[in-house]
Amino acid sequence: MSDSPADSGKRTWLIASGCAGAVGVGFTAVPFVASFQPSERARAAGAAVEVDISSLKPGEKATVEWRGKPVWIVRRTPEQLAELPKLDGQLADPKSQRKPDELTPEYARNEARSIKPEYLVVVGICSHLGCSPSDKFQPGAQPSLPNDWAGGFLCPCHGSTFDMAGRVYKNKPAPDNLEVPPHMYLSDSRLLIGEDKKA
Amino acid sequence: MKKILISLLFALGLAGGALASEGGPALDTFPVEKMNDMAALQNGAKLFVNYCLNCHSASYMRYNRLRDIGLTEDQIKKNLLFATDKVGDTMKTTLDPRQAKEWFGATPPDLSVIARSRAGAGGSGADYLYTYLRTYYRDDTKATGSNNLVFPSVGMPNVLWQLQGERAARFVEEKDPHDHTKTVHRFAGFEQLTPGTMTPQQFDESVSDLVAFLQWMGEPSQAQRVRIGVWVLIFLAVFTVIAWRLNAAYWKDVK
Amino acid sequence: MAEFKDVPANAPVAQKVTNWFENRFPTAFEAYKVHMSEYYAPKNFNFWYFFGSLAMLVLVIQIVTGIFLVMHYKPDAALAFASVEYIMRDVPGGWIIRYMHSTGASAFFVVVYLHMYRGLIYGSYRKPRELVWIFGCAIFLCLMAEAFMGYLLPWGQMSYWGAQVIVNLFAAVPFIGPDLALLIRGDYVVGDATLNRFFSFHVIAVPLVLLGLVVAHLLALHDVGSNNPDGVEIKAKKDANGKPLDGIPFHPYYTVHDIYGVAVFLMVFTAIIFFAPEFGGYFLEYNNFIPADPLKTPAHIAPVWYFTPFYSMLRAITSEMMYALIACVLAGAALGALKAKIAAALKGAIVVGAVVLVALMLLIDAKFWGVVVMGGAVIILFFLPWLDHSPVKSIRYRPNWHKVVYGVFVVNFLVLGYLGVQPPSPIGERVSQVGTLFYFGFFLLMPWWSRLGEFKPVPDRVTFAAH
Repeated sequence: MSDSPADSGKRTWLIASGCAGAVGVGFTAVPFVASFQPSERARAAGAAVEVDISSLKPGEKATVEWRGKPVWIVRRTPEQLAELPKLDGQLADPKSQRKPDELTPEYARNEARSIKPEYLVVVGICSHLGCSPSDKFQPGAQPSLPNDWAGGFLCPCHGSTFDMAGRVYKNKPAPDNLEVPPHMYLSDSRLLIGEDKKA
Repeated sequence: MKKILISLLFALGLAGGALASEGGPALDTFPVEKMNDMAALQNGAKLFVNYCLNCHSASYMRYNRLRDIGLTEDQIKKNLLFATDKVGDTMKTTLDPRQAKEWFGATPPDLSVIARSRAGAGGSGADYLYTYLRTYYRDDTKATGSNNLVFPSVGMPNVLWQLQGERAARFVEEKDPHDHTKTVHRFAGFEQLTPGTMTPQQFDESVSDLVAFLQWMGEPSQAQRVRIGVWVLIFLAVFTVIAWRLNAAYWKDVK
Repeated sequence: MAEFKDVPANAPVAQKVTNWFENRFPTAFEAYKVHMSEYYAPKNFNFWYFFGSLAMLVLVIQIVTGIFLVMHYKPDAALAFASVEYIMRDVPGGWIIRYMHSTGASAFFVVVYLHMYRGLIYGSYRKPRELVWIFGCAIFLCLMAEAFMGYLLPWGQMSYWGAQVIVNLFAAVPFIGPDLALLIRGDYVVGDATLNRFFSFHVIAVPLVLLGLVVAHLLALHDVGSNNPDGVEIKAKKDANGKPLDGIPFHPYYTVHDIYGVAVFLMVFTAIIFFAPEFGGYFLEYNNFIPADPLKTPAHIAPVWYFTPFYSMLRAITSEMMYALIACVLAGAALGALKAKIAAALKGAIVVGAVVLVALMLLIDAKFWGVVVMGGAVIILFFLPWLDHSPVKSIRYRPNWHKVVYGVFVVNFLVLGYLGVQPPSPIGERVSQVGTLFYFGFFLLMPWWSRLGEFKPVPDRVTFAAH
């Protein structure tokens, strides 16, 4: 293609229109792509949930729904808390080192996996295939549980077991500890699930 | 041919205006500059929550969208959340619609898009609402004790009576100018019966704030729409010039 | 593989890739030549020739915006209205997509009416392009159905009552009417069943038919070649290479030309979207911001603006008007029987047919005939190629008074449209009755008036001034 005056004129305007057109198409695509994002309704439904924990007695569990999932708040007894370090040898991930960003926020990277040792806050969904484990807080021998069972959770679907800090036992189908959701205390009695201080 | 067509289209556009309400009193003009006044819109939001939400819902309007008129989520939570505790919720009323139908004869309509629905040949929806909310008068023949010039025999009571005070409307019987055998009932002015907590000017200001809010609520993206539109049109004008020159560059070869 | 074309080993990558495709999909490359780079279109296209490509652009806009709307819209009578407000408020960018679709619907009709007008004035429907015109009329019919069904979806007051009225038109058909209406609605009144089936038709059934018809329309056009404002057949004068002397390859000349047209169109389109999406209540009707209420009809129902000319004709057919129509049928039959140069048997048939028709017109309600007239006003367009008996194609070479007739036709159409928006009135009724008679007279008498007058000599080359 020789660069005759006619061709160069066309080329200039072709490049100009090409660039302008690309910019135009780009900007036009913005609302369409944006419409794929979660809508305000979805975001409102996924908003943080406030829970009043003042009436929770030691050994009791409360359940709230957050983003369609059950979140458990367990008020642990001093005995249950004392047991936790002794179980480390039987657990797959006692220090919660696997997938910390997904499962255990900074403030929960401790033995009790919580901000306040007394209160455990975890998402009640088994890390194997998504069933919701049952409460087995009573220590001692029971069906499907070992004789030295120290209290925790048992998943009915495939038998995975978790301790009172939501940590998974070794040799179970579930690979990971229960997820600790983002949460923060608005006061001694009000717990906000879904948001934490760094958000 | 082309010119005739285009001028005809313009004439139609001006003459037409869309489907109208059938006659009725001339509507006052809502002060549109309120739409750019954040303080007015916020005051309107406050009036809306306090006076309207008791019976009417605005079920497509989320509380947290009020951030767009300059309120923080905290301010919304502290001052405007009565019917719920979640700022992401929509503005629902606590009044059961069936009870409302029993008490007022009609279910109070949802107000989310009320300003868009009341437009017509007589004026914009905001003009309608602005006039409607200011033309209540005492009428003991009605169950609510009130009547309205814009919407005769309306089932809605005069919610703002304490602010405006109560008024009576004077009507005169006159001969119909088009047909002398008929008489028409013509509105001849208001008489203040009891004073309100606001002066007429303050009341007009407050109502215009409320109507501004209703107008905004009908389409919360309207301000953004106009802003984006300016840029889009500037871009397209530039693009049109480029396309025109591109076209010329090729067509100069055609003999 | 023996027929594969080869390129040299040191050819640029782009050429090799192109060659790979050309060997395996030669049809695509052939199609590009036939329809773009070697489709010779007349060089004298004017302003009126933009609207075909614009119609295709608007079709694409409607489909793309429609796809995104369907992601959030709920076709359920209890949820539909709320879902539209959900799109306007809660879906990021949803309001732009909604306004593009609502403005696009009206823009489609503006563009299509102007496109049809071009066909009318330049005789683009005449031999050998009759089928192109017929496909076009079918597209117009489908478009009206598509718009009508789409309008029910927001489930506002106008949506509901507009649908109620139009479906009841079908109920006016004798004998089968009420059952037909029941079948269309899927229920005794317009309701959730109606909404769901209209949704299915609007989103997939009619668009598929529309796409097929558009393809047929373009293929049939390209087979015979485009007409032009002078009505001169450019294929009559070819150069040594067999290319029309007055033709230029569609690509690049008309591709860049149409890009310019698109740019101007988009300015108008976006100005409406961003500054006046309701367009005075014509593009988004005010009453449609009230959720559908089966118990309360709004004071004023009218169809959307693009249907109003036909709606006026429907309303014009009153029992009084029936007498005028009967007179027309009798006059037409008399003329045909006396003057037409056809076999005696056919003349007999015409007389008998007219008598039967008049009997039916006296027996069946004007309401039914209103529907017939309204439908007939669209159907008559299909017959245009056989109604036009003018010796020349384009209005440029017709007697000047023909231009006046076309002008009056346009004004008449616009007046009928305007009257369709207004509430009924005695004067409006009379004017629309006259307008309806003129509309039909324009077409039905065309075999006669299109031959009258002094025609100008048609050049054998197109008139073109270099840009």
